[in-house]
Amino acid sequence: MSVTSEFTKGLYKQNPVFKQALGLCPTLAVSNSVESALGMGVAVTFVLLCSNSIISLIRKIVPAKIRIPIYIVVIATFVTIVDLSMAGFLPALHKTLGIFVPLIVVNCIILGRAEAYAGKNNIGLSIIDGLGMGIGFTMALLLLGTIREFMGNGSFMGIPVMGPAFEPVLIMILPPGAFLTIGFVLGFFNWLENKRAK
Amino acid sequence: MDKKYFVSSSPHIYTQDSIPKIMYTVILTLVPAGIGSVYFFGLRTLWIMAIAIVSAVAAEAIVQRMMKRPVTVYDGSAILTGLLLAYNVAPSVPLWLPAVGSVFAIAVGKMVFGGLGYNPMNPALLGRAFLLASWPAHMTIFSGAVPRGGTVSGIDAITNATPLNVLKAAQDVLQHPQDFSPAQKMEASEAIGQLYDSIEDLFLGRIGGCIGETSVVLLLIGAAFLMYRRYIGWKVPFTYVGTVALLTWIFGGADGLFTGNPIFHVLSGGLILGAFYMATDMVTSPVTVGGRIYFGIGCGVITVVIRLYGGYPEGVSYSILLMNLLTPLLDRWTRPKVFGGKKKA
Repeated sequence: MSVTSEFTKGLYKQNPVFKQALGLCPTLAVSNSVESALGMGVAVTFVLLCSNSIISLIRKIVPAKIRIPIYIVVIATFVTIVDLSMAGFLPALHKTLGIFVPLIVVNCIILGRAEAYAGKNNIGLSIIDGLGMGIGFTMALLLLGTIREFMGNGSFMGIPVMGPAFEPVLIMILPPGAFLTIGFVLGFFNWLENKRAK
Repeated sequence: MDKKYFVSSSPHIYTQDSIPKIMYTVILTLVPAGIGSVYFFGLRTLWIMAIAIVSAVAAEAIVQRMMKRPVTVYDGSAILTGLLLAYNVAPSVPLWLPAVGSVFAIAVGKMVFGGLGYNPMNPALLGRAFLLASWPAHMTIFSGAVPRGGTVSGIDAITNATPLNVLKAAQDVLQHPQDFSPAQKMEASEAIGQLYDSIEDLFLGRIGGCIGETSVVLLLIGAAFLMYRRYIGWKVPFTYVGTVALLTWIFGGADGLFTGNPIFHVLSGGLILGAFYMATDMVTSPVTVGGRIYFGIGCGVITVVIRLYGGYPEGVSYSILLMNLLTPLLDRWTRPKVFGGKKKA
């Protein structure tokens, strides 16, 4: 269990979205543009990093029977910090992400890492794990956001890249487009994995 | 040895029908409506059909090659999907639109689920739904679909909307009388009256609309032949059309119950094409007797709800897609008792 492998496992091998299929609700909901995907990714990474370290620090004094509510309180604290700072400094992004910022509290990646990792490992490893998972989640969101914004709006980060003749595939930035994209991307990674196993 | 005493294992009764035979027969029965659309809308419709079919077949061949499965494009199912998709777009759409729709219909609507026989929804309708969600302007504006010797709406006063569009707008005026001037109300009720008088245009197809949906008489000729050959049953289309007629008669009028015009509703829009050619798709409709009847009624109810109360003027495609998804459940609920089997526990 080296430090490097603890970090890199979240990027691909145990990528929270593509391999564990966790946190799909925000993944589907806010990946309609690169900008909101990046905002959500950074917010989740921050919360994950902070909650992982605090939970790792208090893991020995938390009674096992009520650990979930305690974890949630810790997570909710950091989500509130993110929510209020985003409303203060990035009001436009806060408005775009809307209800999905407070909903980070119930993001299953964060609780999943708290339960599966931070509650059992020391703070150093927990920070590394949280960082890796957070970056993996951000990368997944960015990939989906890039595909969907490119096809559905003909742009990247709001900058048009396709020229005026391109008629965007509107469905890709609507909810069905999220399901279509994630289905194909998950299928692609499974195909890659099967090919590698052979 | 005399052949009479030849012993073989079951099945003992079989039919000469095969997938290619059925598919090509269905395609042939759609040809009259295609010729009709070329007559009414011009040669451009022929291009749209050709492009849709070629892209559907090419998409199927490429995907099957990619999936390392036997390439079965000669069975005609991809041709049928492409043709039905072409029948579901307006004659004035840009030529890339049917190509994109066909590729989506085949690749996502059919091959992703495992190919012919495994698709939960009618691929052509899924392609149409995809196009409608992606390029709503191309799919809902029919002002370029002017039929030979007629107008898009079938009446002279309005020239850029289909009959169902006109009806929807007019009903909207009559149902919210306080928001409109008396002149507008007069106009609206006059438009409805003229629509109801243009039944002949609707029947012949001298109206605007999607390529293959307008000519009721030519579609019915093909459908009659399919019924005669028993490739489609009567239960789904008749219960579907019957439900639409009944409900639009009861709820479709502006002056209270039982004042609607069922004939207008049955003949307009894509109902005949949908009821006879798409709701009856063997893969995506129920196999039991009861299931088929519920399927037809469900399609009819959803169509009428969308037409009379929904945001779209036409609801045939969504109603069939929704009922396609219920098909496995309908088959389960209506499973007949096995001969000699026990009663349900």
